[in-house]
Amino acid sequence: MDLTTVVFYVFALVTIGSSAVVVFSKNIVYSAFALLFAFFGVAGLYALMMADFLAVTQLLIYVGGILVLVLFGVMLTTNVLDVQLRSGTMHILPALLIVGALAAVLFMVFWSTDWTLVRELASVEQTGPEIGELFLTRYLLPFEIASVILLVALIGAAMIARRERKA
Amino acid sequence: MQNLMEWIQEPGLTHFLLVSAVLFSFGVFAMVTRRNAIQVLMGIELILNSANINFVAFSRYSWGSLDGQVIAIFVIILAAAEAAIALAIILNIYQNFNTVNVDEINKLRD
Repeated sequence: MDLTTVVFYVFALVTIGSSAVVVFSKNIVYSAFALLFAFFGVAGLYALMMADFLAVTQLLIYVGGILVLVLFGVMLTTNVLDVQLRSGTMHILPALLIVGALAAVLFMVFWSTDWTLVRELASVEQTGPEIGELFLTRYLLPFEIASVILLVALIGAAMIARRERKA
Repeated sequence: MQNLMEWIQEPGLTHFLLVSAVLFSFGVFAMVTRRNAIQVLMGIELILNSANINFVAFSRYSWGSLDGQVIAIFVIILAAAEAAIALAIILNIYQNFNTVNVDEINKLRD
């Protein structure tokens, strides 16, 4: 058992375990903090797949941005000072059945498909420069559209959240 | 049995795909069962992450193209935009209805 294997299982366990806490925890603050570790585990998996730039991006945007946003959402919409931080669930049993069936199908497909793998994996030094080149050549139009979408989302979110109530 | 031990000891494409399948199922479960809108949002984030793992895994175990990673970055960009908008909407809903439970919000306006 070499080091890569151990690291893979550590990150996979961190990811799956903390996403289980996200889903099954009764306390929404616990879920939000478990989400941090889930994102962190996914970043580790990216690093294991030689996607160094993507791993850092994941940490910066998900852990640094989205998670802080989610925490703000939790704090602003729940009465933290009250004991009542619990959030209810509904339709547990049918959901368990359907999601279990979904997971079984996914597992079967991933397991039984005969993936034609390349014999030797391409050795990757660093992905940053190549990703940058792809952004400015083949993916130039999606790149520009994404920047416009971010701008629109920024302005839109500020407008929606700041609207004064007439009362 | 021997095969299984070997399979366990050498993480490859299938391992990453299975992890992403688990994440996806958890995400769908959170979306379906949670009443708090923010936890539904967390479920969506889990689903997006599982899709990203698939993209990166296929990119890694292909002939060295980085297209999958570029798509994953686009997914992250859209997830950031989506989280910002969704939380703004949730804040507004909280101001109007004083709750964020998705099963109690059944009017578009008050």
